[in-house]
Amino acid sequence: MRRDLPFIVFFTAMMVETIGVLDSGVWINFVAMALFTTLLAQAWNLLGGFGGQFSFGHALFFGCGAYTQAILQLSGGLGAWPALALSVALAAAVGAAVGALSFRYGLRGSYFALASLAFAEVFRIGALSLDITGGGVGLMLPLQEGFSRLQFGSRKGYALVLLAFVAAALVVSSWLRHSRFGAQLQAVRDNEDAARAVGVDPFTVKLRASMMSAAFMGAAGALYLQMFQYIDPAIAFGPAISVEALVGAIVGGMGTLWGPVLGAVVLHLLAEGTRNLFGQLPGLNMVIYGAVLVLIVTFLPRGLAGLGRSALVAFAAWRERRHG
Amino acid sequence: MAEPLLRVSGLSIAFGGLRAVQDVSFEVPRGRLCALIGPNGAGKTTLFALVSGFLRPDSGQVMFDGQDITGRPPHLNAQAGMTRTFQIVQPFAAQTVRENIAVGAHLHEPRRAAALAAADAVAARVGLAAQLDKPAADLTVAGRKRLELARALATRPTLLLLDEVLAGLNPQEIADMIPVVRGIADDGVTVLMIEHVMQAVMNLAEQVWVLAQGQLIAAGTPAAVTSDPRVIEAYLGPGAAARLQAGEAR
Amino acid sequence: MLEFSILFPSILGGLTTGAVYALIALGLTLIYGVLHIINFAHGAALMVALYAVYLLKSHFGIDPYLALPIVVPGMFALGYALQRGVINRASHGKDENILLVTLGISIVLENLALMAFKSDTRTIETAYTLSTVQIGPAFIALPKLVAFGGALVASTLLLLIVHRTDLGRAIRAVAKEKQGARLMGIDVDHVYAMSFGIGLGCLGAAACFLLPAYYVNPQVGSGFVLVAFTIVVLGGMGSFAGALLGGLLIGVVESLCGLFLGESLGQIGIFAIFIAVLLFRPQGLFGARA
Repeated sequence: MRRDLPFIVFFTAMMVETIGVLDSGVWINFVAMALFTTLLAQAWNLLGGFGGQFSFGHALFFGCGAYTQAILQLSGGLGAWPALALSVALAAAVGAAVGALSFRYGLRGSYFALASLAFAEVFRIGALSLDITGGGVGLMLPLQEGFSRLQFGSRKGYALVLLAFVAAALVVSSWLRHSRFGAQLQAVRDNEDAARAVGVDPFTVKLRASMMSAAFMGAAGALYLQMFQYIDPAIAFGPAISVEALVGAIVGGMGTLWGPVLGAVVLHLLAEGTRNLFGQLPGLNMVIYGAVLVLIVTFLPRGLAGLGRSALVAFAAWRERRHG
Repeated sequence: MAEPLLRVSGLSIAFGGLRAVQDVSFEVPRGRLCALIGPNGAGKTTLFALVSGFLRPDSGQVMFDGQDITGRPPHLNAQAGMTRTFQIVQPFAAQTVRENIAVGAHLHEPRRAAALAAADAVAARVGLAAQLDKPAADLTVAGRKRLELARALATRPTLLLLDEVLAGLNPQEIADMIPVVRGIADDGVTVLMIEHVMQAVMNLAEQVWVLAQGQLIAAGTPAAVTSDPRVIEAYLGPGAAARLQAGEAR
Repeated sequence: MLEFSILFPSILGGLTTGAVYALIALGLTLIYGVLHIINFAHGAALMVALYAVYLLKSHFGIDPYLALPIVVPGMFALGYALQRGVINRASHGKDENILLVTLGISIVLENLALMAFKSDTRTIETAYTLSTVQIGPAFIALPKLVAFGGALVASTLLLLIVHRTDLGRAIRAVAKEKQGARLMGIDVDHVYAMSFGIGLGCLGAAACFLLPAYYVNPQVGSGFVLVAFTIVVLGGMGSFAGALLGGLLIGVVESLCGLFLGESLGQIGIFAIFIAVLLFRPQGLFGARA
């Protein structure tokens, strides 16, 4: 029952229209960055929202994607698009490796979150120390515009590519809501022992979710490199991206289809709003993210999408009372 | 005689110094409804965990449908046809009744629509049809027990291990559930149930085993077992059997 | 490379750092042992304490060691308020929520510091910052030696509180069996908040001992958080002995790794241990199987 597909198509078409029509550089940038955050949140949502495994170091896969994209083009001489495909594949492989290690040894809950932090830190230190990643200086992609080089003159081009991945993530999320795999994944999230008793293999299910989640994070990393032509260990593996991914997903509503989109938009609106009020203060964004996280978890644990769902349920009940 | 569906031999497990299950052996014939009874703390649920693969025994063997499945993970056993329920119900709280049952149906049904339809059918069998759209967290205890049963049924098991599926139900709810369990057995599913509700055991079971302090102390028909003095003493304490007999003689 | 004269100072340095690590880890393990939550805000709280000590010195001229009676109660109060006012309310009893809330608090604290102090690294100057003491072939910075002694004293105090006072009894009761403790008339919410407060109080003490030999910047917390977690997991969640021994051990490991692998890669040794423990022996050396 893919009732979601028409909405996804409509959303994508509307976004293409919007991007095409927008003139103001500020708004195009807003849309591009909001789509970027959406992709991060959607990736986190696959493993965290649908799978119930909270990763606090999801930047691990982002960084792998970004560095692979850079290294393949700089040292490997590959084109941008083939590099993108390989970056996504590598990120998925890292997702499989980390997932296999973590789930094979039954890491859950806080222990899993801690381990994910540790993995990201290890890679960050590694990137700082190795030559191939440029050490602390990072890597820079030479500016060469062109579609085949995945570099665009205006943010519009990037926005469209990001939109393509966001749409793909929407389709995958919808598939999770209406498929056997998704049902098994959510069963493992809600009660792992009960899931095992009815034939679900938690390890395989979580592993596949980890790979899918990592793949999208890797794509986001590779696209980040293309957009900004620069990557360094702090950006690649640091807490900023990890936090953005998880806060976006939680604020929007974990385990929902549109939650990450909502969450990303709200976070960016907040960031814009506070920037207009207080100016560009380093750290202000993150303070907002942290505060919003605490507030949402306290008062709106189902996120904004949950609010929408409660409103719908309340509305349906009201209608029943009037006509019943 | 046909090969028993489940054969347990010499199963033992100890937790630290506590010998929870000691050298337990029994056979469950195909198509029968059998019960495992015993006082609290006897090790019945631990035995279920050993049989279904949630725990690995220290020694002993579990044969299911002719195959040695000792220590095999639960999900593989479920895929082979052995499904267990839990004494403390374990619903997927955030999901609806239908979605809960569908997870069980998906064991053999890869398509979503078919699994949801199968869930509807199973729900009707156990009397949950009216609650299909409710979140599992909103169900009463009786409802959750039915859900537990329904979800297990949806996996189309050959052997169903029911752990106190009647516990916490009032007499009316128990009277409603007994025919449901009977119906499952009549459909050809082999059932092994842990039960405290003696009314159900007497009503349903063809063969009963009694576990006390980790050891099998009696086996037989419900009538035979419940008049066995060792069983009476396991439940009521030493000397109880003699006292009861003396009381009857008067 | 394996000469005693090179190894000895490294090990000694590791032990002194390790003692402070142990004090940090003690607070964390107390919080876990009682509240059964992983306090992701522990590092950020340490950073707050370090800034407090720094400001007391730079603006009021108060020596870090003399600041102990100010910073420790102050951090205690902060901990009590945070637990009672924010974490308790936000968690709705669910573990995953607590995880997220403490993460959120740590993000807020770290970035507020970033906004207030920029990312400059600050140090303090005292009369004894540069003095050293000779032990065998090694010259140990005096502040580090004081830190070692101070951390051990503080740890002993903490253990005394937990094992000899009524509050400690209440804490241990709640840690073992919350409902039972409640039935005995213990105010569990109060004990939770007290435990959290004590945990942060340990950080206040650690900060006073750390700053003379160390530095402060907004990111310093995250540097300590993973080390603290490694110690707690290595020693066993909720085990005091584990935190003490683990702290000393990790301090030495870090020092030796730094010696052989260089500064930045030295940290990898710790994380490798962390991941290994999580995977292969999650109950740590002294903890109970989760």
